[in-house]
Amino acid sequence: MRIIEEAAITRAVQEMAVAAAHHLEPDILDALLAARDRETSPLAKNVLDILLKNADIASREMIPACQDTGICTVFVTLGQEVTVRGDLLAAIQEGVRSGYAEGYLRKSVCDPVTRKNTGTNVPAVIHVEVAPGEEFRIAFLPKGCGSENMSGLKMLPPSSGIPGAMDYIVETVVKAGPNPCPPLVVGVGIGGTFERAAYMAKKVLLRPVGRPSEREDVARIEAEVLARINQAGRGVLGLGGCNTALAVHVETFPTHIASLPVAVNIQCHSHRHKQVVL
Amino acid sequence: MSLLRAPIDFADFKPVTLPLADDAAAELRAGDLIFLTGTLYTGRDQTHRRLCALLDEGRELPVDLRGQLLYYVGPSPPRPGRVIGAAGPTTSYRMDAYTPRLLDLGLKATLGKGARSLPVREAMRQHGAVYFAAFGGAGALLSQCIKAVDLVAFEDAGPEAMFRFEVCDFPAVVINDVAGRDFYEEIAAQKG
Repeated sequence: MRIIEEAAITRAVQEMAVAAAHHLEPDILDALLAARDRETSPLAKNVLDILLKNADIASREMIPACQDTGICTVFVTLGQEVTVRGDLLAAIQEGVRSGYAEGYLRKSVCDPVTRKNTGTNVPAVIHVEVAPGEEFRIAFLPKGCGSENMSGLKMLPPSSGIPGAMDYIVETVVKAGPNPCPPLVVGVGIGGTFERAAYMAKKVLLRPVGRPSEREDVARIEAEVLARINQAGRGVLGLGGCNTALAVHVETFPTHIASLPVAVNIQCHSHRHKQVVL
Repeated sequence: MSLLRAPIDFADFKPVTLPLADDAAAELRAGDLIFLTGTLYTGRDQTHRRLCALLDEGRELPVDLRGQLLYYVGPSPPRPGRVIGAAGPTTSYRMDAYTPRLLDLGLKATLGKGARSLPVREAMRQHGAVYFAAFGGAGALLSQCIKAVDLVAFEDAGPEAMFRFEVCDFPAVVINDVAGRDFYEEIAAQKG
């Protein structure tokens, strides 16, 4: 049995909160650089340069890359051989609270009924998955809502099949136009149930940008949907060109014989994510 | 990482002074790249809700919006010694429900990101008003174009309060011009 202290969890989350807002990971920076190199529209190329420069300024000057430092989604992988001394969920919330306070990050969380800001950016949305062994991993995904608001979920009939699912994904992204700050990372969950599809669509955003699914048939869906989005989409920030999406990541789960849930979680070009293994 | 610091081509950006004069607004065309310099006001969801609540109650607004530009932004807090944190645009459609009413009062320009509704576009056309898009997700870079910040109203709304900014060479794109053109729509039409 391995023991992890509450304070170590709080510290790790706090550090990830501040780092995520300021330092984009190499996967998204490489994807933006590759997009810049293949961009055909001079205006879109110029805008990609501006976005890359923004990432550089954010990191060097410690100014958040985007003012919308997001509502935090936290994915915990908790090995069954690990014991947390203290309160796991409270430790994570405290890490978010202190990270947002001490890191000069925007507090963007409010009550949905009164719209009163909680003032602390908590609560975060926390998902815990139990795994065998001694692994303890925390993935941190602060999500801006310009992109989150353009996401969607549809319960398709099985007769629609994968062609229908692909049409829905493309339609959701193209309809979003300039609103979610393209070029996007598109997370997709196909199958499972209503909530499982949405969960997969969010969690698959953590896959390194552009790495294909290990399932060959799913990887083919990803490639075809990406090509269709970039054919029909409105381009960088909706200002044209061939880069509406940088990647499409699809996760699947067996579903009911009567059902074909498809969830599309849209992520902006400021794709902030961090992971830590304790 | 050297490409991250590649020079940006700002040669095509033309200077625009704020507040925007009627004749200067009339000269702008959808698709123009502009550098905004001067004074503007900010507001997003809560500020709009409260401005319209004041109007409902027949009370005065905290500022006279005639001729002014309203920037849809909820900045992140400044680090000590700085005027502001990240301050890029938020998505404009959430303000669409309120915008025609503010245009009726004489608001001249709005600045955000994303497309506007048909009623907003029609109201802009009627009033000779314009809409600009700032570069979404470039909040760190744009913060460096903001030289001074004053709180104007609604302090308790936190990042959603209303501020006055002094900006210098703040880059943007003209989306809706006084002739009723819409740059996003024109880009979409090219795509077919």
